[in-house]
Amino acid sequence: MSELTRLTAAELAQKIHSREVSAVEAAQAHLDRIAAVDERVHAFLHVGAEAALASAALVDESLDADTPPASPLAGVPLALKDVLTTTDMPTTVGSRILEGWRPPYDATVTAKLRAAGVTILGKTNMDEFAMGSSTEYSAYGPTHNPWNLDRIPGGSGGGSAAALAAFEAPLAIGTDTGGSIRQPAAMTGTVGVKPTYGGVSRYGLVACASSLDQAGPCARTVLDAALLHEVIAGHDPLDSTSIDAPVPAVVEAARRGAEGDLHGLRVGVVRELTGEGYQAGVQENFDAALRELEKLGAEVVEVSAPHFQYGLAAYYLILPSEVSSNLARFDAMRYGLRVDKGASAEEVMAATREAGFGPEVKRRIILGTYALSSGYYDAYYGQAQKVRTLISRDFAAAFEQADVLVSPTAPTTAFPIGDKVDDPLAMYLNDLATIPTNLAGTTAMSVPSGVAAEDGLPTGLQIMAPALGEAVMYRVGAAYEAARDAADGSPFATRIPEVKR
Amino acid sequence: MSPESSSAGGAITRDEVAHLARLSRLAVTDAELDVFAGQLDVILGAVARVGEVAAEDIPPTSHAVPLENVFRPDELRPGLTQEQALSGAPAAEDGRFRVPQILGEEQ
Repeated sequence: MSELTRLTAAELAQKIHSREVSAVEAAQAHLDRIAAVDERVHAFLHVGAEAALASAALVDESLDADTPPASPLAGVPLALKDVLTTTDMPTTVGSRILEGWRPPYDATVTAKLRAAGVTILGKTNMDEFAMGSSTEYSAYGPTHNPWNLDRIPGGSGGGSAAALAAFEAPLAIGTDTGGSIRQPAAMTGTVGVKPTYGGVSRYGLVACASSLDQAGPCARTVLDAALLHEVIAGHDPLDSTSIDAPVPAVVEAARRGAEGDLHGLRVGVVRELTGEGYQAGVQENFDAALRELEKLGAEVVEVSAPHFQYGLAAYYLILPSEVSSNLARFDAMRYGLRVDKGASAEEVMAATREAGFGPEVKRRIILGTYALSSGYYDAYYGQAQKVRTLISRDFAAAFEQADVLVSPTAPTTAFPIGDKVDDPLAMYLNDLATIPTNLAGTTAMSVPSGVAAEDGLPTGLQIMAPALGEAVMYRVGAAYEAARDAADGSPFATRIPEVKR
Repeated sequence: MSPESSSAGGAITRDEVAHLARLSRLAVTDAELDVFAGQLDVILGAVARVGEVAAEDIPPTSHAVPLENVFRPDELRPGLTQEQALSGAPAAEDGRFRVPQILGEEQ
């Protein structure tokens, strides 16, 4: 493996911008790595080698002409989740219904990455339409966890997280509707951030549940995630839910955090998100993380969020309801698959959707149609929306008592591929701790918190902050990361085993 | 629904799932119906927990961020060309989407 693939994005950018390494060399090293390991990992659905090298060459040309780099990440390679549109690569969302689709426009996130000179290596695997927690619901086959190829990498953004852990890219983009950035980060020992709802444009993000979806940065270190956060965030007139406010100064916050002083900060442990139902090693590493935070000077307090226990139920009514509406656009008429079976448009539509959607997508469409139907609306969708209000109020009350809240990111480490694929409810339980943040529209991140003693697989510490409170979250995340690395004697990424043959 | 068609959990029947699939324009198979009916029954049993929360006076939240209508000046902006808009169409003709018959014979 080339040394270039082991570097952090910040280190690689420094080498590229100082002309020690060319952007083309950096891109080629990662393309070679993908060629060597991705047959086993299957993080990518599409690799755009030619376009990646051409984009990197432009960065080199510009640097050769003594033009300052377009951004702190110019020339650094990145893996893009296949839910964001790209004009030069297919966008499938992990579904047969969009197999081979070439979007006529770039997502705002894609456009911002291009403008920043970031090298987009390709599109990563995901659960179909971002519905799932294991990447097993991809129509194109599962992604394998680089720590243990028989295990799931989390989902829905398992491809992006696995690409980082397999050193196929130092940066990736994910999207998080109920935990799809944070839970894969926990499963693969990487960092993943769900920004405040509206912090990153959803223009060109193929919708799952519009009131919950949010794109965000994935990386192997907190600083790298912060650098990427500042590239993709910001107001976008093309997304009317995008927040018209300055992007939080997360890079500065991450650098300050790494200095290791958290005096004066209160960290709230959410009582309802610990204890029973969490794997022993997950709980042990969480308790150890709390001790590290205390050593850094933070005051650890316990807070209660009594309605979080209803978050999962509310989420699995609100999300399918939005899905059943959003996915009505896949009608076999304007783009995507058409199965010419039957004489009428209605028959063609039903046959196309039957052939093009996988089982989890169908389940959620049917569930949402039920929750929205007259006679059930008040008891299900209406009631879920009220619970959503109560969860936001729980957050507001908790943030009166603490600057950030913490919990384990997921109840277990990565489970074996095949274990939960036929038991949807068991699959849903993976997102117990991540869902409340999406319902409230606040921000949260997952930072590696070690490996579980019983199985040697990584665990994640979730850090939650109020809306637009990213700066304090990154500060705490970077401080914890630095303390953990100091205790281990090396960065966490060095503990990731080489991908097995 | 007749008692015969209700499933063990009682939240949703196979016939109801078939009806919802038709409404959702999903031509699901009998085998899928058998599987989905049982799974959806279990899921509905779990999500029905939202009913345990006393929330009569609580306003609903449809969106986490308070939103106001967003306006923009009524000015021409570049958009997709006709060719781009049709580029992904399963069938197109004379610059338009070509679709199967929409109305039945009697309509």
